[in-house]
Amino acid sequence: MPLTDYEIVIGLEVHAELKTESKAFCGCSTKFGGRPNSHVCPVCLGLPGVLPVLNRKALEYAILAGLALNCRIAERSRFDRKQYFYPDLPKAYQISQLDFPICSNGSIDIPADEELGGGTRRVGITRVHLEEEAGKLVHSGSGILDSEYSLADYNRGGIPLIEIVSEPDIRSPLEARRYLEQLKLLLQYTGVSDCKMEEGSLRCDANISLRRKGESKLGVRCEIKNMNSFKAVEAALQQEAERQAELLDSGEPVISQTRAWDEATGTTVFMRTKETSSDYRYFPDPDLAPIVVTADMVEEIRRRLPEMPDEKRRRYVNEFQIPEYDASLICGSKPLADYFDSVVAVYEGSPKTVANWVMGELLRLVNQEKIEVESVRITPRQFAALLRLVDEGVISGSIAKTVFEEMFATGEDPDKIVARKGLKQISDAGELASIIDRVLAANSQAVESIKSGNQKAVGFLVGQVMKETHGKANPQIVNKLLKERLGL
Amino acid sequence: MELTPDDVKRVAELARIELTEDETRAFVKDLNDILRYVNRLQQVDTEGVEPAYHVVPLENVMRVDCVTPSLPVDEALDGTTGRSGDYFKVPRILDVD
Amino acid sequence: MDVIDRPLYELARLLESGEVSAEELAVEFLSRIDKVDGIVGAFVTVDREGTLSGARMADKARRAGEAPSHLAGIPIAVKDNMCTRGIETTCSSKMLRGFVPPYDAHVVERVKAAGMLVIGKTNLDEFAMGSSTENSALRVTRNPWNLQRVPGGSSGGSAAAVAASEAPAALGSDTGGSVRVPASYCGIVGMKPTYGLVSRYGVVAYASSLDQVGPLAANVRDCAIMLRVIAGHDPRDSMSIDAEIPDYEAQLGRDIAGKVIGLPKEYFAEGIEPGVRDAVLEAAKQLSKLGVEVEEVSLPTVEYALAAYYIIASSEASSNLARFDGVRYGHRAEGAVDSVSMFMKTRAEGFGPEVKRRIMMGTYSLSAGYYDAYYKKASQVRSTLKSDFDRVFERCDALLTPTAPTTAFPIGERIDDPMSMYMSDVCTVTANLAGIPGISLPCGWQDGLPIGMQLLGKRFSEATLLQLAYAYEQAAGYPSRKAPVTKDRGCCSCH
Repeated sequence: MPLTDYEIVIGLEVHAELKTESKAFCGCSTKFGGRPNSHVCPVCLGLPGVLPVLNRKALEYAILAGLALNCRIAERSRFDRKQYFYPDLPKAYQISQLDFPICSNGSIDIPADEELGGGTRRVGITRVHLEEEAGKLVHSGSGILDSEYSLADYNRGGIPLIEIVSEPDIRSPLEARRYLEQLKLLLQYTGVSDCKMEEGSLRCDANISLRRKGESKLGVRCEIKNMNSFKAVEAALQQEAERQAELLDSGEPVISQTRAWDEATGTTVFMRTKETSSDYRYFPDPDLAPIVVTADMVEEIRRRLPEMPDEKRRRYVNEFQIPEYDASLICGSKPLADYFDSVVAVYEGSPKTVANWVMGELLRLVNQEKIEVESVRITPRQFAALLRLVDEGVISGSIAKTVFEEMFATGEDPDKIVARKGLKQISDAGELASIIDRVLAANSQAVESIKSGNQKAVGFLVGQVMKETHGKANPQIVNKLLKERLGL
Repeated sequence: MELTPDDVKRVAELARIELTEDETRAFVKDLNDILRYVNRLQQVDTEGVEPAYHVVPLENVMRVDCVTPSLPVDEALDGTTGRSGDYFKVPRILDVD
Repeated sequence: MDVIDRPLYELARLLESGEVSAEELAVEFLSRIDKVDGIVGAFVTVDREGTLSGARMADKARRAGEAPSHLAGIPIAVKDNMCTRGIETTCSSKMLRGFVPPYDAHVVERVKAAGMLVIGKTNLDEFAMGSSTENSALRVTRNPWNLQRVPGGSSGGSAAAVAASEAPAALGSDTGGSVRVPASYCGIVGMKPTYGLVSRYGVVAYASSLDQVGPLAANVRDCAIMLRVIAGHDPRDSMSIDAEIPDYEAQLGRDIAGKVIGLPKEYFAEGIEPGVRDAVLEAAKQLSKLGVEVEEVSLPTVEYALAAYYIIASSEASSNLARFDGVRYGHRAEGAVDSVSMFMKTRAEGFGPEVKRRIMMGTYSLSAGYYDAYYKKASQVRSTLKSDFDRVFERCDALLTPTAPTTAFPIGERIDDPMSMYMSDVCTVTANLAGIPGISLPCGWQDGLPIGMQLLGKRFSEATLLQLAYAYEQAAGYPSRKAPVTKDRGCCSCH
């Protein structure tokens, strides 16, 4: 039976580190990297006698994330201890939330898989809860299992995290990827998380099961861990769906288990069965007071919610007359939208011009050089200055592209580049007249052709003048002068 | 319901305490004695009673998001007998989390 | 009278007037420790150098008119479950031998800020779990009144140190009676404050929702002075309450006539030694002579308090003590080939039997399928108990009870019978469960052993409790009696 005869049911658990300055329950810095065990104190090392105190910003960020995901914010929530022994967990318990998470009952919309009929898929968010990070382990061998020993660095331990649990509403590996992309975008817009999967500030575990199409009962699910990119999530789920389909086809049961994605082989491998999973002995943390969030507090935090991608896209289309496609593309990346907005803010011309340049030259170079928008060296002010040079006729559009490339490479001001390289547009009729003389003399055949009625050859002559001036001649004026000379 | 030696072993595993056979036997007796005593709690009618996890009427105790100095690395690692460079060293990990 | 036998408030006066220097005081107490602690066993660490240099600094500051307080230069003893920067903090456990904290507990900071000196760290039941100090992995502490008897626990070292005049006052921690029971057995005054009045930061946690630090002193006035030193808000303890701390000492002499004291009948039931019961009832008469109205009251849930206490305390302890895994500090078992076996061996070697017993009990009561029947149920009973107290405190200013069912028992008598040991705390656990303050003070003697009575009050009624205790103490004429300790100080039938 082909995979298409089954319905794939996927739910995702996403962990996102919150971008606070200090850790969730102590004052240590959350900065990434650094000398091992240099961002630790008695509290996050779990020394005897220490006590946690909640970082207000962490709570506010969790609420902000919940609002961005259309969640209900709990009036009362509390922290629980999730207990298990592991070398990366200093207190042998993680401060987390079990029965009373800070946010619940949310949803986000994604484009549904076209192969499943397209449209919009609404994915429910079961809950968003606040917890603390564990430390990082470095293993001596090539992987954890063939290591003689491991080394613990607690710099990361105690950084605030939110865990976002979706409903099993996702219906294909592609949708899982789209869900993650949309989630990342929303979290980035709110500014609560960097969502950098490569730095581990965003992590994803997936639950997947299969059932015959039309069946309402859920199948036996497996959990997939260890996926390090959105692409890996999609690939791992595809592979796992196929594995489960094969089992079901051959009449074998799917056994509830945790599997790990192996990037190297492109397969999922068995980790443990669910029966041997831990007994976490959750109980309310007696060191932390309950959290009470009033409606006023929620409204106060809601006011801090920035313009979200959908709103922004609508504004670009309606106010700026930017094409829908371009607007979606710009809004689909928080850094790009931020960059666009900051250029528009300092440029008095049309935002549409900015959009053209961003969509054209900027993205071309960003993609070509494979860099992040955040590390583009052209400041919004320089960007606007370049557009102004074009608007004022100081340089031509084509020269501007050359200048832009130079700016992109060096971060130099556009007027300096123009001055240094002598790229100023030639609009002076006297100066152009002598060049036109030379061009007419050298292209007598074209001149003849024009005189015999072939007006198209004018363009060729304009091109020749441009070539002669290395693109600096003002094409409109050249065109006008040429026509005068040829008596057209 | 009486705790069996297997129950005691399961609890010891959860608590990460290695027990000798003698200790297991002793804990079976001690824990059953204690459980017999504490089971009197079942006589109290607590229908609808909100459990008191805290006895202090405090809520929303929080700090501002402000970085304070961390420990010097050498002080952080001072207590361990398993230091390796700037790390805490532990023997191989068999239970993958 | 030797200077070491003087009350702490007297020492403060002598220092302020220059009749005695802090250095002389330090030398006196250190030589007293040299002389008797080999027998008493109150201390696990004595900071000789630190105390002497601190005393010299206090003298210098006082001469310059810059003493941080009138208490500057007075040495006190601190229970060894409170972190002291640069000084080993063991919790009397093999697990923490050699552990030198990089920070001071809040209460230690407060003591130091007043210019007082930490003369040493006192013995306790390992991780404060016990009622006799016999669970210490480091040494035996003896009751200065009778060296064959226990000093009570878990703050037995602190109580014995004060009773044996090795320190004028001490700090203890009280999770289910660990300040009050030893104070009672050693014939001194000990107080457990309202939960939240004193910061727990830096006190190695046993049961977080029950732990409070409290003073032990030779008399009520000294207890009041020490409470004011350690009480007050600390932002590092989320459960610390931001409240004005009154001058307890200044309020001591207030008239107590017209106050209402309840005698809860459940505390005088079966299991209380007749001698103890009679002494407490005698004290009630004494109080009524002072104009206090005494009446019988009832707190029905008290019968279940000890059971609820053991579930809650063990559960929280099983979690709080999970961090002792050998990775970052403390004992680490040698030769383990993988992390799990390192954890299991480290904890098997590092913890003593009572600590293991409570961790096992707590782990069990939080484990899947048992949480509702144990932890949750106990927390509901706790809630009911708290309501019982709220109700009687609508009428009563305080409750009077025995501190412990018996006087100090012989060393070794209960160590192999956990349940009988746990019964020592039957009168004291209620205050921890309800979060209310309690004070124990001597109210009589039986066979040469002190009997303690306990006053309980509503939240933040420390000032009232101290006034009642002070009035009683003045009327009863205690605490002029001193523990004998050794032959050269007179009686010591048991030595």
